[in-house]
Amino acid sequence: MRLTIITAALVLAAGMSAAETVLPADVAYGEDGAVEMSLTGKAGDAAEGAIIMSSKGRGNCISCHAVTALNDAPFHGEVGPMLDGIGDVRSEAEIRGIVADAKMTFEESLMPSFYKTTGYIRPGNAYTGKAPTEELAPLLSAQDIEDVVAFLLTLKDS
Amino acid sequence: LSAPLAMAGGADDDNMVINGDTDMTTKAAAAAHLDGALDEVISGWHFRSDETQQLQLDDFDNPGMIFVDKAMDTWNAAEGTEGKACADCHDDPADSMAGVRATYPKWNEAAGEVRTLQMQVNDCRVNQMGAEAWKYDAGTAVDMEAMISVQSRGMPMNVAIDGGAADTWAKGKELYYTRTGQLELSCANCHEDNYGNYIRADHLSQGQTNGFPAYRLKNAKLNGVHSRFKGCVRDTRAETYSPGSAEFIALELYVASRGNGLAVEGPSVRN
Ligand code: HEC
Ligand code: HEC
Ligand code: HEC
Repeated sequence: MRLTIITAALVLAAGMSAAETVLPADVAYGEDGAVEMSLTGKAGDAAEGAIIMSSKGRGNCISCHAVTALNDAPFHGEVGPMLDGIGDVRSEAEIRGIVADAKMTFEESLMPSFYKTTGYIRPGNAYTGKAPTEELAPLLSAQDIEDVVAFLLTLKDS
Repeated sequence: LSAPLAMAGGADDDNMVINGDTDMTTKAAAAAHLDGALDEVISGWHFRSDETQQLQLDDFDNPGMIFVDKAMDTWNAAEGTEGKACADCHDDPADSMAGVRATYPKWNEAAGEVRTLQMQVNDCRVNQMGAEAWKYDAGTAVDMEAMISVQSRGMPMNVAIDGGAADTWAKGKELYYTRTGQLELSCANCHEDNYGNYIRADHLSQGQTNGFPAYRLKNAKLNGVHSRFKGCVRDTRAETYSPGSAEFIALELYVASRGNGLAVEGPSVRN
């Protein structure tokens, strides 16, 4: 009996739907768009966050932002502000809010909402140009967001 | 703000002269309907690398001209139940088609619809020649569009947006500003708010259509306007519209009108 419970808990954690994970619809944004509570309750992995930010198939953040610490990955864009030193300027909660859904912080922001699954006009099935065949997943998972937040917090000038 | 590994943005100051004799207007004051949106309209040519730009300056270097030659053969070939060729009714395209590309898409009063150049050509094929319509944006159709465009090269885009075209134009404008897909980006987000900026390795232009059909080094053929639109919409992680759809016809009219004043360049060369 005890064993079954432990196994079930492990399966849940591995499937990223552990009880603590906050679903996209349940994220509590403050008035200024900040999110105080971790989306997973698990510490973010900054190294993984760096990978997510540079990967085309994941965050692809550098398509819009320049980040000196990610200079190993080619071609940083100019659409968003350079993120060097962001860890000094913004709190963890503010950064989490911006990465989860930047439109809560910056009205009408050009920045995509990475932790959202509804409210789109003609959403497609990733980059196929076709209609989705199943429910949309957020662009990044809850843990991806936490990893990216952890990485951004390491970007300090001082 | 220095972006690592990205070159400085903005349109360059080069001049476009085709074959050493045709001066092209690649920057022009924006049309009145763009008030508040853009002051100046700029050809996509200004945002490409020197090497790519160079290929468009001489017809011997421009790989798109091979397809123009092919379309000239098609122009002279009889087809369909009427046994007629384009040439039978329109003679030399240098005369009959001069200025045509600059005014399309265009309202057709008799048909009560806005027609793109490809739609008009297909109307001739079906109703004048008794031939089959070409598939939208397929090779033959785009090649013919390029051949017709060459006859207007250097003439300013001059697409009408009033009269019968007004409703379609308004619909196109709405589509232009609608943020689609899971990335929630509109045409304007990239081509109005951010032209001159790099988005990853891509140098964003104003997304003008005066250079179409465009020979792309990427796929080594001429590409139609609607196919380009489709690619851009897909890149917002959206369900796209199809080439030839009512939505893309309206969008083409609207985008073409944003380029009013720019020289017709087709076939342009792009990466
Ligand atoms: C399509 C463009 C685009 C993409 C992709 C994008 N951003 Fe942004 N981002 C922006 C823009 C534009 C702003 C400026 C805020 C505004 O005006 O809307 C911004 C702002 C920010 C800020 C706040 C900067 C400040 O000075 O307060 C952070 C942090 C940020 N982005 C992180 C990210 C991360 C992390 C990713 C990827 C997971 C990402 N961005 C992807 C466009 C983008
Ligand atoms: C039997 C005669 C005939 C043939 C063959 C024919 N056309 Fe036409 N074409 C016309 C007529 C008549 C018009 C004017 C139609 C109108 O205004 O509605 C026209 C109009 C056009 C226009 C629009 C010109 C403008 O000023 O807007 C284009 C472009 C065109 N034809 C291209 C072609 C091509 C390409 C072919 C061959 C694939 C072709 N036509 C074959 C009779 C013909
Ligand atoms: C995510 C950014 C993005 C969005 C949104 C976008 N485009 Fe583009 N578009 C590009 C890029 C990148 C290119 C290639 C470089 C260039 O010419 O700007 C391009 C090229 C074009 C071109 C070719 C320009 C030329 O001179 O060769 C046209 C036309 C165009 N886009 C129209 C549109 C329209 C219409 C929409 C909306 C339906 C749209 N784009 C949405 C990124 C975008």
